[in-house]
Formats: sequence, C-alpha cells, structure tokens
Amino acid sequence: MEFVLLIFLPVIFALLIPFAYKYVKGIHTGWFVILVPLVLFAYYLSFIPLTMDGGHAISELKWIPSLGITFTSYIDGLSLLFTLLITGIGSLVVLYSVFYMDRHKEDLGSFYVYLLIFMTAMLGVVQSDNTMTLYLFWELTSISSFLLIGFWYTRDQSRFGALKSMMITVFGGLMMLGGFILLSIMGDTFSIRELIVQAPELVSQPYFTLALVLILLGAFTKSAQFPFYIWLPDAMEAPTPVSAYLHSATMVKAGIYLVARFTPIFGASSAWIWLVTGIGLLTLFWGSFFAVKQTDLKAILAFSTVSQLGLIMSLLGAGAITYHTTQDIFTFATYAAIFHLINHATFKGGLFMIAGIIDHETGTRDIRKLGGLMSLMPVSFTVALIGSLSMAGLPPFNGFLSKEMFLQSMLAVRHFELFNFDTWGILFPVIAWVASVFTFTYSLYFVLKTFTGQIKTDQLPKKPHEAPAGMLAAPVILAGLVIIIFFIPNLVGKWLIKPAVMAVQPTLYDSPSAVDINVTAWHGFDSAELWLTVAIVILGTLLYLTIPKWQPLYKIQPAKLSLNEGYDALMRGSEKGMNRLSRLFMTGIIRTYLLYMFAFLSVTVIALLFIKDAFVVDMNSFAEISVYAVLNGLILLLSVGFVVFAKSRLAAIIALGGVGYSVALFFVIFKAPDLALTQLVIETVSVALFLLAFKHLPALNNHGETTKNKLVNLIISLSVGVMVTLVALSSHSQKLIPSISQYYKDTVATEAGGGNIVNVILVDYRGFDTLFEIAVLAIAGIAVLGMIRLRVSRKESTDENE
Amino acid sequence: MKTNDVILQTTAKVVFFIIFLFSIHIFFAGHYAPGGGFVGGLLTTGAIILLLLAFDLKTIQQILPFNFTIVTAIGLVLALATAAGSIVFNVPFFTHAFDDFYLPLFGKTSLHTAMLFDSGVYLVVVGSAITIIQSIGGDS
Repeated sequence: MEFVLLIFLPVIFALLIPFAYKYVKGIHTGWFVILVPLVLFAYYLSFIPLTMDGGHAISELKWIPSLGITFTSYIDGLSLLFTLLITGIGSLVVLYSVFYMDRHKEDLGSFYVYLLIFMTAMLGVVQSDNTMTLYLFWELTSISSFLLIGFWYTRDQSRFGALKSMMITVFGGLMMLGGFILLSIMGDTFSIRELIVQAPELVSQPYFTLALVLILLGAFTKSAQFPFYIWLPDAMEAPTPVSAYLHSATMVKAGIYLVARFTPIFGASSAWIWLVTGIGLLTLFWGSFFAVKQTDLKAILAFSTVSQLGLIMSLLGAGAITYHTTQDIFTFATYAAIFHLINHATFKGGLFMIAGIIDHETGTRDIRKLGGLMSLMPVSFTVALIGSLSMAGLPPFNGFLSKEMFLQSMLAVRHFELFNFDTWGILFPVIAWVASVFTFTYSLYFVLKTFTGQIKTDQLPKKPHEAPAGMLAAPVILAGLVIIIFFIPNLVGKWLIKPAVMAVQPTLYDSPSAVDINVTAWHGFDSAELWLTVAIVILGTLLYLTIPKWQPLYKIQPAKLSLNEGYDALMRGSEKGMNRLSRLFMTGIIRTYLLYMFAFLSVTVIALLFIKDAFVVDMNSFAEISVYAVLNGLILLLSVGFVVFAKSRLAAIIALGGVGYSVALFFVIFKAPDLALTQLVIETVSVALFLLAFKHLPALNNHGETTKNKLVNLIISLSVGVMVTLVALSSHSQKLIPSISQYYKDTVATEAGGGNIVNVILVDYRGFDTLFEIAVLAIAGIAVLGMIRLRVSRKESTDENE
Repeated sequence: MKTNDVILQTTAKVVFFIIFLFSIHIFFAGHYAPGGGFVGGLLTTGAIILLLLAFDLKTIQQILPFNFTIVTAIGLVLALATAAGSIVFNVPFFTHAFDDFYLPLFGKTSLHTAMLFDSGVYLVVVGSAITIIQSIGGDS
C-alpha cells in the first residue's frame, strides 16, 4: 500500500467532522475522531520490526515532478518514533478531550477539524523526506496551532497568544525555508537522504554555515528555545487537550526532530555543536529558573516544557560530538535525547491533563488559590505525583533514567578536546546541574502547592471533586507508562530508541543492535551521576522549602526589560511605523491612487522602451487603412471628447457607450466576430449597470481642482495614451518568437475537436485562464453582494468583543 | 411618479425571448462558429436587463425566482468538476474528451466535454452579472 497517503487520512477524515457534529447530536464528536489516531497508531506499529533491523520504508506521491517536489513518506527509526508519539498521544488526547470539551457548549466541529489538520501536518513534518513538503507541513502546524490557541477567540488573551505563536513560529519557518533553499542549491536536491549522502562535500561549501543558522532558527522558534520561547507560555490560552498535545508532546518537538534529522548533515560543524548545546542548556536553565516564578499551573508547565526541550536540544548537540571523536563516552548523549523525548511526552502529557482536570473541577488554575486537594482528588494527585517526580528525576520513574544519562553526557562534554570545549566545557555540567536543581524545585512546587496544605474552599469558584473516570483514563495510562518504562528501559530502547539513534548517527552504526548502550538504574556508589542526583534532591528540597523567602528575587527584573516587552514593542512599533508610512500616500481618494498607478506605469514603460531600444515601427506590417476605419476612428475621437467635456453625468455615460460601440465596430472591420460580439454585449450590459448605479453616484461637480491639478491629469493621461500606442506599434512591428496562431490552426480540429479557435482557446488551450477568470468573476459578484446587501449600518457596533 | 411604459413593456416581452434564444444559439454554436459560454451568458444577462428596465426588480424576481449566487456556484462547480474529471481517467488535469455520437433526432453529433466547461462559464457569467445588478439596483 502507498502509505504516504496515510499522512492525509486525518485531514480527509476532517471533511466528515462538520457533518458528524451537526447531524449526530447524541454522540460526542470526539468518539468519531479518536478512530483516526487509533487506526494509524495500530498500523504504524507494524513498522517496528522493520526499523528494529535498521531498515526503512519509502512511499512516494508525486506533486510537482517538474520541480522535484514530492510527498515522500520516509519511515526509519526516527520518523517512526515521532509518528507513534503523534498518533499514540493523539489518541489519548482525543479521549481526554471527549470529557474535557462540553458537547453542548463548545464548537466541537471546528475544534476537531483543527486537531485533525494538525495531525496531518505533524505526520507530514516527521515523515517527509523532501524539504519543500517538509516546509509546507511545518507551516501547516503553525497555522493549525494558531487556530487551536485562538479556539476561544472571544478572549483577548487567546487571540494575542495565537498571533504571537504564529508570528514567531512562522518567522522561524521562513528562515528555515531559506536554509532549505541554500541546501538544495549546494546539494542540487530537495531530498534529505540525498543531502545526507553528500554531507562530507557540503561542509566546505560557502553557504554551509548560513544554511545551518537558518535551519536552527526554524528549529529554535518551533521548539521554544531561548529567546524565542516567549510564545509558549502565551499559547497556554488554548484548551488544555491542545496544550497537552501540541505544546508539550508533539508540535514543540518538531524542532527537536529537525535538529535530529539534520545532525548527519551539520554535525561535523563546530557551530552546530556550540549553538545546539549552548542554546539548549541556556534554555534549560532559563525555563527551570522562571518556572518557580509562575502562579498559573499551566504556565509552570509551559516553562517546564521550555526547559525540558532545552535539555533534549542540548543532548542532541552533545551527541554531534561523535562526528569528531570515536570515544565511547560521547555516544550516550543522542540515546539520552531520544529516551528523554519519550519520557517527557509521557509525564508532561499526564501533567497537562491533570492541570486541565484541576481547572475543570475547581474553576481556577491559580496556584495561590489551590491547596489541599489530595484527599478530594486522590487519583489526580497520584498521577500528578508520578509525573512530577519523574520530571524531577527520581526513581522508580522513567525520568530518573534519562536524567542520569543527561548528567552523564554533560559530564562527558568536559573531555571533548576540540573547539575550546576543554576550557569552556566545564560550564556545561555546572549549568546542567543548577538547572536540574530548579527542575526539582518546580516539580515539587507544582504538585505540593496544589495538593497539600490547607484547602481554601472559599477562594475556589467551584466545589472541588474528583474528575469522572473517563477524564482520568488518559492521564492514568500515561502515568502507568511512566512507571513501566522505568522497569523495561532496554526493551523500549531496542524497539524505538536504538533505531532512532541510528537514524541520527548513520555513520556510527551499521544496525540498531550495534548501539551498545544498556540502561540501568543503578551504576554503583562510585558513579558521579548518583551523587549529583543526591545533591539535586537535597538542594532542591531546601529551595522548595524556602520559596517564600527567595521568590521576591524575581521582582528585581524590571518588567520593561523582559523579552515579552521586547516582542510587544516590536509589534507596536511595526504597526505604528507601517501605519505612518501608508498614511503618507494613502489619501483615501480613488482618483489619487489611479494617478499613482498610471503615472508609474507610463513612466516605467516608456523609459524602458527607449532604454532597451525596443521601439521599432515597421510600416510594412500594417494593414491598409480603409475609409470605414477612418470614419470609425473619427466617431471614436468625438465620443471620447464628449465623455471628457460632458456637463452631465448621464451624457458622459452615453458617450462612453459610444466609445465602446465604435471599438466593437473596429473589431468588425478587422474581422474579429467573436470580439465584436462580446464587446457589443459587454458595452450594453455595462451601460445598463452605469444607469442602475447612476442614482448612487455623487453629482458631477468640481472637486476643488485647480488648473494645476488638471494640468497634471492631462499630462498623465496623455502619457498613458502615448505609452499604449508605442507598445502596440512596436509589439506589432517585431516578432521575437513565431506566432502561435499556426499551431492553433493545425491542431484545432484534430487535437481539440473544434472549429472556432477563439472559443477553443477559451475552453481548452487556455482553459486554466478561463477557470480562474470565472472564479474571479464569481468572487467579484459575491463581493458586490456582500458590500451592498450584507453591510452593517453605521449605528451597529462592529466590535466583536461586545 | 408613475411613468407609462406600455410600449417598452410589450416590446420587451417579445424581444426578451428573441435575445434569449439567440444567446442559447450562440452558446451552442461556440465551438465551431463565433460565440461560446461567455458571450452567451452576457447576452442572456442583456435580455434579463432589458426586462429589468421595462419592469422592475420585484417583478423580475417573481418571473425568475432563482438565487443567482447559487447559479454562480453551480457554474463554478460544473467548470471545476469538468476540469478535474479528467484525473479520474488518469490523464492530466483539464484534458478534454470528444467524439461523434449518433443521437435520435439530431443525427451525427459531436459531443465534447468542453461544452460542459462552457456551460459552467455561462452559468457563472449570468449568475454573477445578475447578482451584481440585483444588488446595486435593489439598494436603496
């Protein structure tokens, strides 16, 4: 089967959703939607044996073959892992949303359509081998994310967050497109696989570093790395299932995917290692430090996601060191990155769902109002505790294993001897360790502040109680996975991680089984990681207990100097600047705009004609001038004069009709019956239209024009006339390429089965043009209808907030 | 003020059918002689405008009780479907097909998918032109 088509399954299914939502009232629409990710998940599972052996599968759908743009589904260990995450977490999120989104209050039709569009986009991102289609799907994830964040579009904050995420991620996407184009210029292909093969030659190309930086910009904006992370906290305005799905488990990992996928191309560059590892660590620290400042449950999770993404990013950067040295100690990093990616999806997905449950059942997400929910919501508490402790890096949860590997990899970076790592490298484990302490602190902060302590019933909008079983199902499954993975890490490693590692480091391993890494929870008392973890626990607990004492420190940073303020200022500035710029020449009078256009057009065309020496008149090519043509020309001139000098508008309209009819007569004289016929009817219809609109037009009077204005108008209209005449004369006098008429004459009966070339051109040879023209015509008709019939009266308010 | 336009109305009733039939003729003749969907559609529009000038908008809406935006939509869908239909037969988008058929009454007739496309053009032209005219004319 052509499994590339499966990428489009969700979006095709989305076509049915509005009908299901409208006509099947009794059943929550989510129950239909959940089929899609479930079926896909089950199907993609069947690829595991293939990738476990280091194999891959390719399925192709040609899109624009002439440009080499194809939809290529390339499934290897890396893309399969992401695919399973997308469909697996997708199923759980849809299950959760069935209970979270009220079927009577929310517009489920739109919600699930957006979600399914996202699913297709995300599958496309991780499976595409063609950079152009990868970019297409990449932007589609930004757009569906925009729609989902702004789902409750009546809230100002939702719209603000949606726009912010779109501005930042689309900016990154465009940068990435630039990088892709540079790569395709250097490698002469859009295929990532072929680029990887050429990797050794690409390094020495002049654009290599530029392409690297541009692609990283795309990855960093999407994966919320410093300083672009600011969109992610604002994206929390989305419904919680969306936050759990897009903004923790899948979309924000697209950047991680991109970095992993392009490591074989860029890994040999020192800039890559420095940027990816450095920015990753900075983000890890920044996110974990500011997580404790937040008071909104989802904001804490957002900052924690930012920091965890930084962690995975830094590991991928450190993993690229293997391109420079064969020492074993560096091979852990990539494995740890992939491992932590899976773990993060499980525990963070569960935590987001719990945050949603708390919001749903108590009516608030403000951690200052929450507390003591442990006895009221025991199941939620258990799940939250498991997720938080895993995030903090404690056994027996999967986060512990990957955290240990992370520390181990960062310690190893010290021993790398190239690119100044032997001097600056010591910073890496230090930052990693400090960030881990804060990670521990915010994990405790999240779970303990919410569930322990004194319950403040009077501050809660709703009377809190445990969520229904269906809503708890998805987070409980995820929490179960968190524990299970801890006990079978090597099985997960064999099925999923090692094939993915091999895809990131194809030169290092022949087959996934060659990845010689065995994950164990216990490394013995002499392992540095163990003592680092112990120190993290002690210091983290101390920091947690003293939060009230040091939390005021966050206030030192003035609000004016924050990155968010910078973004706002940029947006405000560009809006104001553009406004001022356009006010300079936009007077609101259509005549002024026409003057600009005509003046520009005539000046450029006439200038070009003479600069390029294109003006040629060949008297021999002209037909003989008949007496009828002369007479008709006189009539035309008379009518034009009448239009210009008419005192009443009605007279001008009739004279304009005269102009049109004499043009039609010209067509008759020059034997173009089709044109003549059309011109005649058009003229009739448009005169009738003029007469209809007549009563709405303002009186024909002087609009305060001076003689000077009129002189300018005269000059511009004359120059337009001169321009058209010159272009017509010279284009008739010289033929650069042979006329296509002969081809039409030869083929009109045989190929097109017609007799009238003009009509056959319209419907067959150039049918595309006609198709678009009638589309434009239809749009124009609907636009006029909309402007006139559906317009709101001035008294009605147009502010949608009211 | 009520104007007396008996002559115009009486003539319009007859002339409408002449123009309308001519437009249909022009439309069908299109592939072999001057004409086609665009001109045909415009002529039909012209005929309707004549009625409109002789009578008034309300009367026209009673005589021709179509929603012309839907006519536009049908035309556009017809044109697009004809163009896209070729994909089903595994030939590039917008490949037309034609052949001669022996039909009762007509005898040997050439049938062409371009005709379907042209019908779409015809409907879009009539639909949008009348939509525009109705909107502007009906505005007070």
